[in-house]
Amino acid sequence: MIRKAFWMLVALVGAFAIGGIAIHRGETINAMWIVVAAICVYSLGYRFYSAWVAAKVLSVDPTRATPALRLNNGRDFVPTHRWIVFGHHFAAIAGPGPLIGPTLAAQFGYLPGTLWILVGGVLGGCVQDMTILFLSTRRNGRSLGQMARDELGPVGGFAAMLGTLTIMIILIAVLGLVVVNAMKHSPWATSTVFATIPIAVLIGVYLRNIRPGRVLEGSLIGLALLLFAVVGGGWVDSHPALRELFNLEGKPLAWFVIGYGFIAAVLPVWLLLAPRDYLSTFLKLGTVLLLALAVILMRPEIHMPAVTQFIDGTGPIFGGALFPFVFITIACGAISGFHALVSSGTTPKLIGNEADVRMIGYGSMMLESAVAVMAMIAATLLQPGVYFAINSAPGVVGATAEAAVATITSWGFPVTVEQMQFLAKEMGESTLFARTGGAPSLAVGMASIFSSAFGESMLAIWYHFAIMFEAVFILTTLDAGTRVGRFMLQDALSHVWKPMGETSWYPSVLIASGLVVAGWGYFLYIGVVDPNGGINILWPLFGIANQLLAGIALCVATGILIKQGKLRYCWVTGAPLAWLAIVTTAATWEKVVSSDPRVGFLAAADGLAAKLAAGTLPEAQAAVAPQLIFNQRLDAVLAVLLVLILWVVIADMLRVSVRAVRGQPVPPNSEAPHVDINSIKISAEAA
Amino acid sequence: MSMQRLTLWAAAAWNMIRSLATDDAYDKYLAHHAHAHAGSPPMSRRAFYLQQQQCKWTGVSRCC
Repeated sequence: MIRKAFWMLVALVGAFAIGGIAIHRGETINAMWIVVAAICVYSLGYRFYSAWVAAKVLSVDPTRATPALRLNNGRDFVPTHRWIVFGHHFAAIAGPGPLIGPTLAAQFGYLPGTLWILVGGVLGGCVQDMTILFLSTRRNGRSLGQMARDELGPVGGFAAMLGTLTIMIILIAVLGLVVVNAMKHSPWATSTVFATIPIAVLIGVYLRNIRPGRVLEGSLIGLALLLFAVVGGGWVDSHPALRELFNLEGKPLAWFVIGYGFIAAVLPVWLLLAPRDYLSTFLKLGTVLLLALAVILMRPEIHMPAVTQFIDGTGPIFGGALFPFVFITIACGAISGFHALVSSGTTPKLIGNEADVRMIGYGSMMLESAVAVMAMIAATLLQPGVYFAINSAPGVVGATAEAAVATITSWGFPVTVEQMQFLAKEMGESTLFARTGGAPSLAVGMASIFSSAFGESMLAIWYHFAIMFEAVFILTTLDAGTRVGRFMLQDALSHVWKPMGETSWYPSVLIASGLVVAGWGYFLYIGVVDPNGGINILWPLFGIANQLLAGIALCVATGILIKQGKLRYCWVTGAPLAWLAIVTTAATWEKVVSSDPRVGFLAAADGLAAKLAAGTLPEAQAAVAPQLIFNQRLDAVLAVLLVLILWVVIADMLRVSVRAVRGQPVPPNSEAPHVDINSIKISAEAA
Repeated sequence: MSMQRLTLWAAAAWNMIRSLATDDAYDKYLAHHAHAHAGSPPMSRRAFYLQQQQCKWTGVSRCC
């Protein structure tokens, strides 16, 4: 009775808070409204929906032995306490995506993005993560691609593989672009980010040779050095000669990231990738906690309106209307197909009991979604004029500070050159105009909260701490992703020529890594030379690819549910799938056929080609125009290809489902046979 | 809270942190090896660490 009353109260408070943020139209609104709404939605989603899905739809069976118990080898299959698995799983799924997506989507106002993060998270992303984690646990930790092949057939399996490779390329390119934009003409950020590389190598040597496997102490030393690098960047910035050494244009920085990606992908993992990942994981957990604490302590005011005029598609950060682009842009914070790859990899091999799947799968994604909410708060607490000045490319608002300020003020978001100069000075940067990519504006937002909560005079330090924090795990994703792409490519090439499949044969390693790096390096380079900032092209493409991968994962889940005779529950994964299919198809349609050059790839290419032919382009732009034209057409082809892959998998899933419902033969259930949990425990005790 | 319970609680928290950082992975491996493959020599700490890293970074283990 008391419990019922408590949950009724949570529901009422949640409804009140959501109603509050939805209808509020004053000057500002306190961030606590959003925080309370989020806490209530997540609590209700976890307590009721996830419990129902686990019990009824997945039929989680706590008496069934998990692969960690059955195949325990003390190495990758190890039954582990659920809180530990939760920590590992969250660290694996949480990347820069949920920080950047909401920052960009804030151009629509705080409301649309926040609502989609909450609704999409609780009904879509969390369900996807939990379901795939469960299905993979039942199948000895098989990957998404393998499950697609086993349960749907070779077509689904091939499409999943192709989708994964494509998303990897685009993801790395866009993340690389975010880092480049954060470092461009910022000696402080550049020197700090550069310093993270020798620090990681040092910790790598420490963990291998000096104190093997003592991750905790190695990481603490590394973290201390990283904090020192943030402060040291400030000294570099104030030194006239050193300053110039790190004051770099976008192009050399892009080449640096490309070269770095290649070297990191072919070096042994213990030297650079593994130690930096430990550092980034500790930083990530620490910063997320700190941000949550600061938001609750400071209760900042949100200055962005609930909804801006840019829902009509004229937004300066990326073109395109609220539907479908808010769903494409938020991506990782609400539903991320990438998580399905992690949920069907390492994590299932650690789960000690099927009942833990709910907390680990659903719970980790809920926390990730909460990170996205905090990123939204950090972006929207800035004055909207400042937010748009930081995030709008010169091609959109004008190349000079005066022009940019005039354009942004004319939209009804007043901002002055003095205000921006003062802010840049406070943050230790020479300028904050046109720092596209989301990282700088997020860093300004985070620095404002942190400094008001923990030390007013340290704005510049906090700003560069936030930049370093984002760069460190973007670089981890960059070389981990390149490595995965390399393995997939080696696997594919081995069908053409056997020796290419040997993952440690150096010629094969170099060729495959080179191809993957060339793939994302190309998009990164084009993004850097594009006067419109590149993000406006790459992020939607990434969003489409990520939602497409989620679509494939949900297809696998829905197909399996129907095959197992759970047709009446198939909407649990089927409804998010249908929504993603609509959203990605609509977005692709817009990106390809829209006549607005800020939205449609082809319209942009044609428009630029016409200007080039007429000779109206300035010389600098005319030089890169042919590349940009080619790239926009390539992007159109890529977007169509992605959506075709999704529809092929959907068709394949429907084919298998119809056959299953009719009682015709379908690929057999690939679950590992049921073994009672007690029999394993008894035999373990006997041994 | 009695001193004894506080110590127990602190020990549990410390074990949790060590587990999260995978500091205890080698101890777990040794324990497993002792009863599953008794007689054969286990890997050294360093060899185990390197093998763990190789295994971890062969699949998709980090997201966006």
